[in-house]
Amino acid sequence: MTMIFGIPVQALLGQLLVGLINGSFYALLSLGLAVIFGLLRVINFAHGAQYMVGAFVALLGLKYLGIPYWVALVLSPLIVGAVSALVERTMLSRLYALDPLYGLLFTFGLALTLEGGFRWVFGASGQPYPVPASLNWGVNLGFMFLPVGRAWVIVASLVACLAVWALIEKTRLGATLRAATENPTLVQSFGINVPLLLTLTYALGAGLAALAGVLAAPVYQVSPLMGSNIIIVVFAVVVVGGMGSILGAILTGYMLGVAEGLTKVFYPEASNIVIFVIMAIVLILRPAGLFGKEG
Amino acid sequence: MTPLLEVSDLNAWYGESHVLHGVTMTVAEGETVCILGRNGMGKTTTLRSIMGIVRKRTGRIAFAGQDLMAMPLHRTARAGLGFVPEERGIFATLTVEENLMLPPVTAPGGMSIAEIHDLFPNLRERRNSPGTKLSGGEQQMLAMARILRTGARCLLLDEPTEGLAPVIIQAIGDVLRTLKARGLTVVLVEQNFRFASKVADRFYVMDHGVMTQEFPVGDLEARMGMLHETLGV
Repeated sequence: MTMIFGIPVQALLGQLLVGLINGSFYALLSLGLAVIFGLLRVINFAHGAQYMVGAFVALLGLKYLGIPYWVALVLSPLIVGAVSALVERTMLSRLYALDPLYGLLFTFGLALTLEGGFRWVFGASGQPYPVPASLNWGVNLGFMFLPVGRAWVIVASLVACLAVWALIEKTRLGATLRAATENPTLVQSFGINVPLLLTLTYALGAGLAALAGVLAAPVYQVSPLMGSNIIIVVFAVVVVGGMGSILGAILTGYMLGVAEGLTKVFYPEASNIVIFVIMAIVLILRPAGLFGKEG
Repeated sequence: MTPLLEVSDLNAWYGESHVLHGVTMTVAEGETVCILGRNGMGKTTTLRSIMGIVRKRTGRIAFAGQDLMAMPLHRTARAGLGFVPEERGIFATLTVEENLMLPPVTAPGGMSIAEIHDLFPNLRERRNSPGTKLSGGEQQMLAMARILRTGARCLLLDEPTEGLAPVIIQAIGDVLRTLKARGLTVVLVEQNFRFASKVADRFYVMDHGVMTQEFPVGDLEARMGMLHETLGV
């Protein structure tokens, strides 16, 4: 058996894969948070709940309407995005003129309401989402068995993250978003409907959370608590990457996922806290985060 | 002649602070009007209130027959007004080209990119540089250029010469004369009335939130003494 640092290579690569899968969810979720924070200056505590609702839309769609996984991948982010747009337009937007704390408290309340509501209706235990047949096979790489369903999560997350990064950094719409982040009033004075831009941005962020939820459904169990289980780690990812930094959120998501996975191999006792230890070190050495701008 | 821009009894507030106390002014199509006044008299607030950036206001603002008072900020630009702020508002995360292309074209008749590059050759050379890497003069040109692209009929320019070298001020004066020849209407806020005298058709003098005097450029020489006293120069 091949060993690296005294660890069987299969175990190492297996945990690397787990780390990459977790990192894929961290990257997608922290990207959505970073997009929302970047433009709206709202720390969206409801992000975990939107991820959970995304997974439930896929599960209920399959159970009651027979909507397949591949359709749910598109439909669920659209539904969650549309409902979130309505929430932003009718409620969240009223808080922009107030202290940012109000936005945080509102989204925190929204998260608790959604989570409590889903727990009340569906109970706290997880429900399985069947792996689609087209993803329910694997490849023997010789040194390990690679489940295609797991590899798909990594590929889908990478594609979604790169697409959103390109949208923001390489298109005219993205330039408008970046400008509105710097000086929304001036951008509005140019004739651009910034309130609509804010609504669409919130919908995009929530839609990304829902997409992560659908991707997570066949990997983990669908449960009302799945959002609150992951959201604290995702906030740590955003802080390490740098609040509002798009590229920082994506790269840090994968990096910390891998760090967590490798810690499970080398020192399993620390795997639950390694991300927070890294966050503490980064905050001490570079408070703006690895990719954030100082000052 | 029906004025293109008509402001009557405009009052404006920043929070509890009452800044404009009944501003009344008119601007005809194709005219360049300059608002003179010392710092803190309400010149910038007048432009920001006309544009709709200052929302706590009363009175009447009409542009090309449209009432601007009830209009949301993003619609004001679409009505044909373009605002160039004193601080220029160049976006640090955008290149010169991205800054230039940012405001949408709101009406036909705006300058093409080629025309803008002919008018401001530096912007062509530095199109891929970050906007805030430009010199102060280049930033001012970029701030004006991006509005000229939109097809705005009336430009509101807030202290375009502030902090700029004489040679740049001269270049901006040339640009304003070119715009005037194209029939653009300009409302200019200036403290440098020597510069303003070379581009403006008419002047308003502002003091403590009201227009205290109005006169054509031909009367400027005769009012020099008063201006020196009022403007403290």
